[in-house]
Amino acid sequence: MSADPTIAEICIAACSDTYRESGEILAHAVGTIPTIGARLAKLTHAPDLVLSDGEAFMMSEAPPLGKTAAGGGIIEGWAPFRRIFDIVASGRRQSMMGASQIDRYGNQNISLIGDWNKPKRQLIGVRGAPGNTANHRVDYWVSRHSARLFVEAVDMVSGVGNDRARAAGTSMRFHHLGVIVTNLAVLGYDDGGRVTVLSVHPGVDPQEVITNTGFALDVEGAPLTRFPTDEELHLIREVLDPRGAGPGKSRTRPAPERISPAGGLSGSARGNGGRRSQRSAGRPGGTSAPWTRRRHE
Amino acid sequence: MPDKRIGLSEAVSSIESGMTIGIGGWGSRRKPMAAVRELLRSDVTDLTVVAFGGPDVGLLVAAGKVRRLIYGFVSLDSIALDPLFTAARERGELEINEYDEGMFVTGLRAAAARLSFLPTLAGIGSDVMAANPHLKTVGSPYSDDEYVAVPATPLDVALIHVNRSDSGGNAQFLGPDPYFDDLFAMAAERTFVTTEKIVETQDLLDEGSFHTLMLSRMYVTGVIETPRGAHFTTCEPDYGRDEAFQKHYAASAKDPDSWRAFVAEFLGGDEAGYHEAVARFHAVQEKK
Repeated sequence: MSADPTIAEICIAACSDTYRESGEILAHAVGTIPTIGARLAKLTHAPDLVLSDGEAFMMSEAPPLGKTAAGGGIIEGWAPFRRIFDIVASGRRQSMMGASQIDRYGNQNISLIGDWNKPKRQLIGVRGAPGNTANHRVDYWVSRHSARLFVEAVDMVSGVGNDRARAAGTSMRFHHLGVIVTNLAVLGYDDGGRVTVLSVHPGVDPQEVITNTGFALDVEGAPLTRFPTDEELHLIREVLDPRGAGPGKSRTRPAPERISPAGGLSGSARGNGGRRSQRSAGRPGGTSAPWTRRRHE
Repeated sequence: MPDKRIGLSEAVSSIESGMTIGIGGWGSRRKPMAAVRELLRSDVTDLTVVAFGGPDVGLLVAAGKVRRLIYGFVSLDSIALDPLFTAARERGELEINEYDEGMFVTGLRAAAARLSFLPTLAGIGSDVMAANPHLKTVGSPYSDDEYVAVPATPLDVALIHVNRSDSGGNAQFLGPDPYFDDLFAMAAERTFVTTEKIVETQDLLDEGSFHTLMLSRMYVTGVIETPRGAHFTTCEPDYGRDEAFQKHYAASAKDPDSWRAFVAEFLGGDEAGYHEAVARFHAVQEKK
């Protein structure tokens, strides 16, 4: 019997679930948890998924986490940046991006904090978020669910939310926001395009989700996020991320301050094991975030 | 075939204040850093810089060379943000066109094809439209769709760095990604290619297949041999990023005094002096 799943492993399974109906498309995943999630999907319910190494190659067998094709794996295709933009436009892609801010309609910001003309904090820029949200399904990964991230209004709409997409008319017919996986819950969107709670992670007080969200959310009757199966836990711990495996002995949630900052620096055109996203989170060597599965305990 | 070999200073001295300069590469990858450093030594100012930005943008901005910046992002890759760029931005001193990455490419494609704009879905509904009030949309003549009409981004000069080139400017990339260097060249009035090595034309296929012949000499004005000319960014497979030095750059950039010291130590002399100073930096690092 496997050790109980950690919150991180529950999040990985939730990320994997975003590919259940995706078919044969390129999975773009920014950050460690989404990257493991995409790989888990490919090894379980989504074998046709196309993965990239975060550099310029599509991988039928992925290199070790945080490594490019040079680190191993099997190359099945070449996708330099120019092709990535063509793939985006063709719609054969699905992204899980980070966010510095998200509002109640799923408008996402990774560009800057404050005023456009003189920002309080310039972040990385809108990167590919406008184009991604205009062209294919986009999900978000939030490593630290907080009221500073889930806000009434974002400072610079990078990824387009449901309200704006609907207002834009037929041009946004490919717009599709999937879910938002956070360290507390899985969020979705209701018929009006507003953020709603799909499930709360086991061990999380639903009130905590409300407190840490800057707009109203109804958690009443929200089910628990599913546990990873034994097969999924085995794959995560022994195959996908063996260097981070071993701990995860408890479902204890890491203290919030141990969680790396939200992926405000993410959202590159490419991802899915990207060196940039991993290193930019200060994790040289490309293993899991320190809190993913604690090694000792 | 014309011989287009020229000196670095000769090439860069043809760049005038107020020009629009496209810089190839991506983030902190295969940037024409030798040419950028030569620009830092010049008295050129008021440039419009067009780039998938990395330390090229940070350095030029910090040196006061840039009036306006057109970019998809500015990042050092292994370090998410360039402190010189973010500081300038937060002081509100730059004119900015921040585009979606795909929009950015669309603008270059329009210029390369000598069109005034090209349509794209990227940008619709986002604040990129509000932040760039010059952007217009265009209705499809065939459907109800409304597209962003990305204006062409024509360049006066493009600067790119490649692994190999012949003396005529047939340029070759040997790494995993050509980025958009050929597109920058095609969008530009003049293109200067810096290269790790100038080789004979008949030797171009010694190190890579014909697929690596990225850019025809038709688009090239001048070729300059600049070994380690992309330092400290990547130039795979010739060399990877100098991560230790990039860390030193980023750390120094966070504080005005340490930045002045960095400039004095590394950017005060010519290109040879730069590489000597970098060698000294690594010698000290190794002793530590």
